[in-house]
This record gives sequence, C-alpha cells and structure tokens, in this order.
Amino acid sequence: MNYISYADLGGREERRVITPEPENEVFHEPWEPRVFGLVLAMNAVGLWNLDMNRSARETLPDYLQLSYYEIWLAALEKNLWRSGALTDGAAPPRVLHACAVAAVLAQGSPYSREPTRPALFDVGQAVRTRAEPCGHHTRLPAYARGKVGLIQRIHGVHVFADSNAQGLGESPQWLYNVTFDGSELWEDAAHSVSIDAWEPYLSAA
Amino acid sequence: MSDKKPHSHSHEKTVNPLEQRVRDLEAVLTQKGFIEPAAIDALIDTYESKIGPRNGALVVARAWMDADFRRRLMRDATAAIATLGFTGRQGEHMVAVENTPDLHNLVVCTLCSCYPWAVLGLPPTWYKSAPYRSRAVKDPRGVLHDFGVHLPQSTRIRVWDSTAEVRYLVIPRRPANSEHMDEEQLAALVTRDSMIGVGLPRPVPP
Repeated sequence: MNYISYADLGGREERRVITPEPENEVFHEPWEPRVFGLVLAMNAVGLWNLDMNRSARETLPDYLQLSYYEIWLAALEKNLWRSGALTDGAAPPRVLHACAVAAVLAQGSPYSREPTRPALFDVGQAVRTRAEPCGHHTRLPAYARGKVGLIQRIHGVHVFADSNAQGLGESPQWLYNVTFDGSELWEDAAHSVSIDAWEPYLSAA
Repeated sequence: MSDKKPHSHSHEKTVNPLEQRVRDLEAVLTQKGFIEPAAIDALIDTYESKIGPRNGALVVARAWMDADFRRRLMRDATAAIATLGFTGRQGEHMVAVENTPDLHNLVVCTLCSCYPWAVLGLPPTWYKSAPYRSRAVKDPRGVLHDFGVHLPQSTRIRVWDSTAEVRYLVIPRRPANSEHMDEEQLAALVTRDSMIGVGLPRPVPP
C-alpha cells in the first residue's frame, strides 16, 4: 500500500521567513469562515472521525500548494465523496443544530480512555521510536523515526490515531511525551524536542 | 478566466470561484439535511468573537497572581483551566509549560495545525504554514528571530510538537515591575504569541 502524507514537514529544508500576524485576524477571505463552519458541522454528523479527516487532508497531492482553508474544503469534498453521504436517500446520522453549538463545543471530544493494562514504560526511561515508515496515517513525524529519547510524561490511554484513521476502531494505547536531545535529531542542535507518542511507536532502548 | 466577453450585467460583482464552490456545497448539504446554516453562523461567531487568546491571557494572569492556581495548572491544566470556564473542543487534554530564566518553551504542530482552541482560539496563518512547521523543531532560535525575540544563549529551548490530542499552553514569565497590577492589567500584557512561545509578554508601561 502506497500511502503518502504531504503534511509531515518537521525539519524539512525551508528558507522562507515567517510573517507574524495580529491577534484579531481570524479569517482572511470571505469564504473561509463558511468552510470552517461547514467542516465543523459536517464533522459533528459523524460520518468520519478526526483521524480520518487528518488523513484525508494530508494525502491531498496538492497539499503544499493549497491555502489552509482550501485544504479543509478539498478534504471535506473528499470525505463526502468517500463516505457516499451525498448519494440519493442517504440520511445524516446526526445534525448539529444552532441551539446545540455552544454545548457541543464546550463538551469537546475527549480522546482519553480507561486503561486496560499497565503502561510499559516509566518516566525517565529511554525509548527508541519506530524506524520504519508505515503505509497508513501515523502521528510519528519522519524526523523522529528511529531516535532515542526519554519518557517525559505519561498522558494516559488515548485513542490510537493510526487505527482510528483507518476505520479499524479506537484501539486505545498508552500515550507518552518523549523528549529528544536536539543533537539526536540534528547535528549541533542545542535545543530539545518533545513529541507525543503512542506505545506502539516505542521500544525500550 | 477564458471568457473575456463583457458581462451583460456589468454592475454585478464576479463571484470568486472558491466562494461559488463553497456556496454550492453549503446549498447541497443544507438541501440534503446534513447541516443547518444557522449552526454554521453560530460556529463562526463563536471563534470570531467568543473564544480567542484573551481566554489564555486570563489563565496566564491568574497563574502569575495565584500560587495555588499555578500549582493546580502545572499538575492538571485541563481541570485548572476548566475552573475559569474554558473547556471543550481542542482543549480536552491541556498541558501548561512554564518559561523560566533557564528554559523557554515553544509549541508547534509539524504534522498539521493542532492548537489549543479553548484558550487561544483559531491558530494564526503562520502557525499553519510550512515555514513555521518545518523550521520550529530544527531551528527554534532562527524562528524566534523572525518574531524579533532574541534569548540569551544560556536559555535552553524546548520545542513541543503537538503530535497527539494533547494541547500545550506556554506560561510566559511575568514581566518585571508588574507587582502592583491586577489580573485584568496583567492579562493585557499577555500576547497570543507569548502563549505559543514565539513572543514575550508586553513590558509594563512606564
């Protein structure tokens, strides 16, 4: 299976400067807020989950050429097409009504789940991340593959993005914060970098 | 556009093709019963006028003023932030990371645009852009320079890449000579960028 993410940008060669932006600039084109609202409302319908949505976005072949909300729009169209939502007669499982918006946003969608087994790793323990790329959506960035870091924190058990994105169920796993010395990732780097990594990404080092 | 013929209704504004595409999609989804346009309006209004970085600024100001709140924030940020009324979407699993004279924290999402909406609202354009996402983990000092921030070489930098559903809020250092200020005045010193880690709070006005 040939899965390509165009969104895994950490550490890539990049010379462009960053342009700061005032705090009150939320949207920049008149159509952007509508896309934002459409995507949130359609996510609430329940035809796909957060991780499927990320997967739909990161695999858009023109990802790097599109603006942020163009990515959202293209992925929404892709999700609609994939899910068959617009086929005649299909009914939405749920609809987000205006009166429910505040409550739904305030509630959020926690990704933590009850543990069913003890965590494999302890805080302070050295771990090595998986080195091989995988043929599906994953949240282990390429720059952090096959690297040794220390368990910094144990976040608890969370829905496993790799499984959830493929529609294979939540398969909850222990989630850790892992800290790398910058020099483990890049020559002469003096800073440190932390990622959040699910247990299946890690082995004892 | 290939059609160069003058439009017969020259007073009509040309509709941007993206705008048209979005309108058409919204019309279809409304007609099929998947969405309620009033809910879209409510979602937009929420993030344009209700949920934004002033939420996070209040969290920071409270942490600066109230040692007990600060302890609770560092131990369980989600619960501490909820006591100020900020909960929910993209803030379900919060972690607060504190700057000190020796350590500066900076937050990024290299894989997409994960951001603590409940306390900071929607992310700025640069946060979602390739230059920030690629450079932050490799050259954070260079990124800070782009924002006009120059830290002493002795200050260590830790970059937090938001790769799961945990969201990070930087608690910047309290500005000097701010002892006399109340919570509202302190919150006004806290910039959005300082809570991402690419900026510092405003100095106390003389």
